Amino acid sequence: MTASQGEWPLYEVFVRGKRGLNHVHVGSLHAADDASAVRNARDVYTRRNEGVSIWVVRADAITASSPDEKDPLFAPAGDKVYRHPTFYAVPDDVPHM
Amino acid sequence: MTGTATDEELERHFEQVIARHDRIEPRDWMPEGYRRTLVRQIAQHAHSEIIGMQPEGNWLTRAPSLRRKAVLLAKVQDEAGHGLYLYSAAETLGVSRAELVEKLLTGKQKYSSIFNYPTLSYADVGTIGWLVDGAAICNQVPLCRTSYGPYGRAMIRVCKEESFHQRQGFELLMTMMRGTDEQRAMVQESVDRFWWPALMMFGPPDDDSPNTAQSMAWGIKRDTNDELRQKFVDMTVPQAEVLGVTLPDPGLVWNEERGHHDFTQPDWEELRAVIGGEGPCNAQRLAHRQRAHDEGAWVREAATAYAAKQRLHEQHEQQERHEQEATG
Repeated sequence: MTASQGEWPLYEVFVRGKRGLNHVHVGSLHAADDASAVRNARDVYTRRNEGVSIWVVRADAITASSPDEKDPLFAPAGDKVYRHPTFYAVPDDVPHM
Repeated sequence: MTGTATDEELERHFEQVIARHDRIEPRDWMPEGYRRTLVRQIAQHAHSEIIGMQPEGNWLTRAPSLRRKAVLLAKVQDEAGHGLYLYSAAETLGVSRAELVEKLLTGKQKYSSIFNYPTLSYADVGTIGWLVDGAAICNQVPLCRTSYGPYGRAMIRVCKEESFHQRQGFELLMTMMRGTDEQRAMVQESVDRFWWPALMMFGPPDDDSPNTAQSMAWGIKRDTNDELRQKFVDMTVPQAEVLGVTLPDPGLVWNEERGHHDFTQPDWEELRAVIGGEGPCNAQRLAHRQRAHDEGAWVREAATAYAAKQRLHEQHEQQERHEQEATG
């Protein structure tokens, strides 16, 4: 196979659904270069007005916490429940709380 | 990580995730059989979307109006998109796109048997939307909750779009049923041809489906083939009444006791033959896919060459800037 798709790098695609929202990961695709990755992402992931802005980033440029999604990296958050509002008991009749 | 987890620990962790109906993600440890089953199922699903463009694509240039043509184009384009979502999901399991394409073209991986039947009249476009996409929805809605994260997310996107596919098909058939006697006959003839192959889309009966139990234990499949087939029949009967078509099964009757319709099983020998390559269009579908792949080669090569040239150009510019800075 000459110049097969397999040789094109993998890009991860992020779409901003509408103004005021974060870009959210929607999937991935292969493309020869950055510009065509954006164009392909438009056709594959936003055929029905799903977004107002697209980011693409080469998958090999992403550094991730791994190898498991349940990583000790997240453990410190587990024992700091006081970071959550529900940690604090407040009487029901206190307004605007 | 504190120490290296043993295989038993990894397996236990995997089983726990499955047991609490949580999702497995690409970087998690998973048993080899789970990975292999998913690759097979997702690849087959992706190939079905890609090959599925052909039966309807057959009518693009002969659509009866600009409206119908625009709708059909959008639908066929969606099928391509669905194939791409699913190929990406499969690739998160460590297979390459080139490998998947190669396995389709050499017949090592299958696609849905339904696409090996021809589309002989324009009514088939409507029937495919109504019955074939209707059956696909029955299959796919539970897959949104499948245990493998990327597959479930792809299915959510697919399902949102399938609903347009089914409705456009039903509307097309309704329009024809309001037309002439000849048009009504076309619809009935088309439904007669597609009913049995649509029932086969759910796969062989449960007692002849060796992989079902393991797939359900792993949370890959959520319902058995027969459960889904029953659901499809129950869902379709009242729709057929609205359309005014007859489903071609004299054994199709409501069973008060079961709370479901009884119906005749399709010819399982035929399904076996079609999967084995002896359907009316198997050779044609693969030959067409091969031709499209070959004829697209120059586009892929041109895009690759352009990207390489752009990179070279950028490198030169960067070098020149560095030199200017050094001498300046």
